[in-house]
Formats: sequence, C-alpha cells, structure tokens
Amino acid sequence: MTTKQLVRSVKAAGFVAYAFFLIFSFLKGFEPGKRMAFNLRYFSLEMAKILPPAFVLIGLFEIWVKKATIEKHFGSQSGLRGHIGGVLLAGTTVGGLYVAFPVAYSLYRKGADLGVIFTYIAASAICRVPMTIFEASFLGLKFSIIRLSVSIPLVIVSSILLGKYLTRKGYQIREGG
Amino acid sequence: MWRMIYLYLVVFIALGVSFAADRKKTYGALKIAYKKFVKILPAFASMLVLVSIILALVPNSLIAHYLGRSNMVTGVLLASFFGSITLMPGFIAYPLCGILLKKGVTYTVIAAFTTTLMMVGFVTFPIEKRYFGWKVAVLRNGLSLLIALSVAMTIGILFGEVLL
Repeated sequence: MTTKQLVRSVKAAGFVAYAFFLIFSFLKGFEPGKRMAFNLRYFSLEMAKILPPAFVLIGLFEIWVKKATIEKHFGSQSGLRGHIGGVLLAGTTVGGLYVAFPVAYSLYRKGADLGVIFTYIAASAICRVPMTIFEASFLGLKFSIIRLSVSIPLVIVSSILLGKYLTRKGYQIREGG
Repeated sequence: MWRMIYLYLVVFIALGVSFAADRKKTYGALKIAYKKFVKILPAFASMLVLVSIILALVPNSLIAHYLGRSNMVTGVLLASFFGSITLMPGFIAYPLCGILLKKGVTYTVIAAFTTTLMMVGFVTFPIEKRYFGWKVAVLRNGLSLLIALSVAMTIGILFGEVLL
C-alpha cells in the first residue's frame, strides 16, 4: 500500500467512525455528539447556499475574462496597484477563506502575481465589507479603522515577500495537490 | 441574509448577460464550475467534519469563560488559539465579542480573537492544502498569526490598554 492509499483509507475510516458516532449520540442522547451534528448541519447548509453560486461565478470568470486583462491588472508588473486591486476585489468576496482559495486559484491561472494572490486571500479574510460593517456596529468604528489600517499594509508587505520568495523557488499552485 | 440576496442577484445577472452574449460559452462556464466544485468537494467535507467537532469541543461558553478571567498576555494567547482553531460566521462571532466586552474582556484580547478567527484557518486547512500544499499553507497561516498579534498590540496601545 502506498502512503497515499494509506492516508485515503485512514480518512475513509475516520469519516465512517464520525458518522457512527453521530448516530450513536442521537440514539443515546449524548449531548456533545448531538451538538456536533447540529454544527455539521448548520455549516453544510451554509456551504450549500454559498458554494454553488460562488463556483458559477468562477466558471464565468474562467470563460469570459481574458488572461491579458488579469496579467495587466494583477500580474507581476502591476506592482502596488495590483495589491490594492486584490484588496478591493476581496472586499466583495462572500464567505471567507474557503471561497477565497478557489477564486485565488483561478486568478493565478489567469496570470495574477503570487504576491497579489496572497494579498487577495488575506484581504478576503479581513476586509469583507458586510462583515466589517457588522464588526463596527458591535465593537465600534475606531476598532475597525485601527484593525484595517494596521492589517492591510502588513498583509501587502508580507504577501509581496512571500510571493517573491516562492516565485524564486519556482513554486506553483496546483489544483488538488 | 442580504449578503445571500446580493450573491444570488449578482450570479443571476451575470448568468443572464453571459447567456445572452453566448449560449455555448455559458454552458462551458457551468461545466467548468461543476467540475471544479466536484474536485474540491472532498476537502470541503473534511472541513465540515473538522468544524463540527471543534465547535462541539470548544463551545462559545468555554471561550467566554476562559477569555473573561485571564490577564492580558494569557488572554491574547488563548484568544489567538481559540480564534485559530474555530470558524464562526460574523453574526455569531461579533455578538459574542459584544458579550465579552461587557464582561470586561479587553479590546486587545478581542482583536486577537477576531483577527485570528478570520485569517488563521485550522479547519479550512484541508482546502488550503489542496491548492497550496501544506508547507505554503503553514507559512501563510503563521504569517497571519503574526499579523493578528500586531493588530492586537496596536489596538491595545491605541485603546490605552497596553502601556509602553
């Protein structure tokens, strides 16, 4: 058995054990297990609502947006402008990191710079507009403004460095590696 | 709720425009969407299992309990830990932060919690790994943790909670 097959079997066994545990918890009324099932249901529904439209947009993007356009605006020659574009694009992203990864991969395939990709990913975690409005209403505008004005420059600088380092090492993003 | 409406509205308009422009290309786009979705689905399944287990082991009451009674340094460390391993939608996370504030938890600790919650992803790791490989995924999460700590520090200083 190769390592890959082994990992796959362990994973499959894990899924089966997980499913049995949930069923057992319901039969015996085991509270933590029931909580797990409710969490699973909640997040599965959330994914079921967000992922299909997100992937349709990714599909449309792949078909319609020209490689030259992405290279021009987000490519290695785009400089700081590309990073700011990445932050703005991230602001409109729905969901968070788990949506940002597939989008980032499509951007990368269309010729976006690695550094810009990392900026986009981090920014889609911290700069989403609806989330920030929500944050400000609970923690105050001052909190949100400080948070954004500290994190965005740090994100851009660290993404540029990480992108440069990985590009030099000949790193490539692959789907399903 | 309205972010869903916004998302679906954008998708329907985009699909409509695309369909009017080129029927064949639009079918092609849907095919790509489907293929990509199916390909990454196992990683999403792993994420769902992880998040359901972790949120059951670390309920909000536990987070509130620990963050409510620790000092600044352990508070920030614990908050970063909880933020990194959990995943919460904003409408659960921010009301929780509001409760924490009322309990006397500092803005510094809350900043560490919310920023790691957003940027550092233990449960999204299976998905990140599929695209970026585990080394880069670890590197990106590590950098994000450092950024989150810097944000917490600055919030602490500017809110007068951390005295230099």
